[in-house]
Amino acid sequence: MQNLFDWNLVLRIFPLLLPALCTTIEATLLGMIVALILGLLFALARYSPAYAVKKFTAVVVEFIRRTPLLVQVYFLFYMLPATGLQLSALTTGVLALGLHYAAYCSEVYRAGIESVPSGQWDAASALNLSSACTMYRVILPQALVPILPALSNYLISMFKDTPILSAITVVELLQESKILGSESFRYTEPLTMVGIFFLTLSLICAALSRQLENHFALHRK
Amino acid sequence: MQEPIIRMVKVFKKVGDTNILKGIDLNIPATETVAVIGPSGSGKSTLMRLLMGLDRPTSGDIEIDGEPMWVDSAEGEKKKIEHLRHIRSKIGMVFQQFNLFPHFTALQNVMEAPMQVLKMERKAAQQRAEEYLELVGLKDKMDAYPAKLSGGQKQRVAIARALAMRPKIMLFDEITSALDPELVGGVLNILKSLAAKCEMTMILVTHHMNFAEQCADRVLFIDQGEIIEDGKAVQVFREPSHERTRQFLEALIEHHEQ
Repeated sequence: MQNLFDWNLVLRIFPLLLPALCTTIEATLLGMIVALILGLLFALARYSPAYAVKKFTAVVVEFIRRTPLLVQVYFLFYMLPATGLQLSALTTGVLALGLHYAAYCSEVYRAGIESVPSGQWDAASALNLSSACTMYRVILPQALVPILPALSNYLISMFKDTPILSAITVVELLQESKILGSESFRYTEPLTMVGIFFLTLSLICAALSRQLENHFALHRK
Repeated sequence: MQEPIIRMVKVFKKVGDTNILKGIDLNIPATETVAVIGPSGSGKSTLMRLLMGLDRPTSGDIEIDGEPMWVDSAEGEKKKIEHLRHIRSKIGMVFQQFNLFPHFTALQNVMEAPMQVLKMERKAAQQRAEEYLELVGLKDKMDAYPAKLSGGQKQRVAIARALAMRPKIMLFDEITSALDPELVGGVLNILKSLAAKCEMTMILVTHHMNFAEQCADRVLFIDQGEIIEDGKAVQVFREPSHERTRQFLEALIEHHEQ
């Protein structure tokens, strides 16, 4: 009878999984950067004085939030080349993750902006600050601190969504573990390792975000 | 007669179905100090917000320094805001809840507008900010964040912040109402010395009658969105011409004696 868990196999495939782990981390970090920037732009567009801009952004954000990530990933993967845009699978994946999470992040930004007391807007107006200056110097710095936990949650959540990119041939952790499994006909070890990688990194990320929160909380007091 | 620096003509303000201000007519000459008194919910704060241009009246006209506050030009929203900012540059306001920027130090709070709006160099802005913090007696606290300051200190920073823009008109909206009683005196003293200099037009909403009597040239009593009483402090306080004013003043005295 076979061993239930082959530790030698674990040692052997560990180095093989590392490049895939890097891809996963790369996709997450790049995706989050896209999500944070695009999300902020979505949120700011919803404060635009132009009604059309406001409405259009609201519809786009709602559309993205109400459709599955996997569908969006496939859609971009097959549609972008048709528009003449030749991107690698990873870049497409990063864009899809970024766009999807930008929609969620924009709602978080909005909640943060709404949480700033109206007196801050009044004070900025009374000092005659321009609306751009009010947003960047007064409102956003105060809006960002309380939403850090929510944003870091989305970072972890996006990290855990990266296996979806295996659907469009990106060789990230899950895809690599399936390849290794099909070579050795043992799936337990590689999949367990993938689970442990995800768990470890998520925990580290959560701890870091808590520290960041504490840092800002202390600074405020 | 000299052109008034503030002119309000038949100003109405409606929020939802409630009429907050019902036809305010008011002329205030430059450098006059005006105290506004009245029960809560009478529309005093709304009046101040309208004068700062934070809200727009439902109808009626507000003119500052001979120019209308709100213009609806064909060029649209941008022109309107540009004009409003031109008007606002003449006015400063201090709020009941201080509204300091919590992520800036006292100094940064005062420097922000001179740098961002007047485009002053950092050095010059800092010099000006220190000058005004000194005026309110807080130069030694200039590196403190608002959370580290007492209510009275916060309000003094807020006064310095508004003064640093050197407005022609200053609006003080119940600026001692959120303060502990022992901190009120310090803040009122600053206002007294400002009023004594007669450089600015000052409008203050206050519940301190002694203070109003000492430094206001004129007292307005507002009730239910209307100006009921408008005259010299002595006259309004000692011989009010309306029953409502009398009742309010009595309630105020009782409250203070308690």
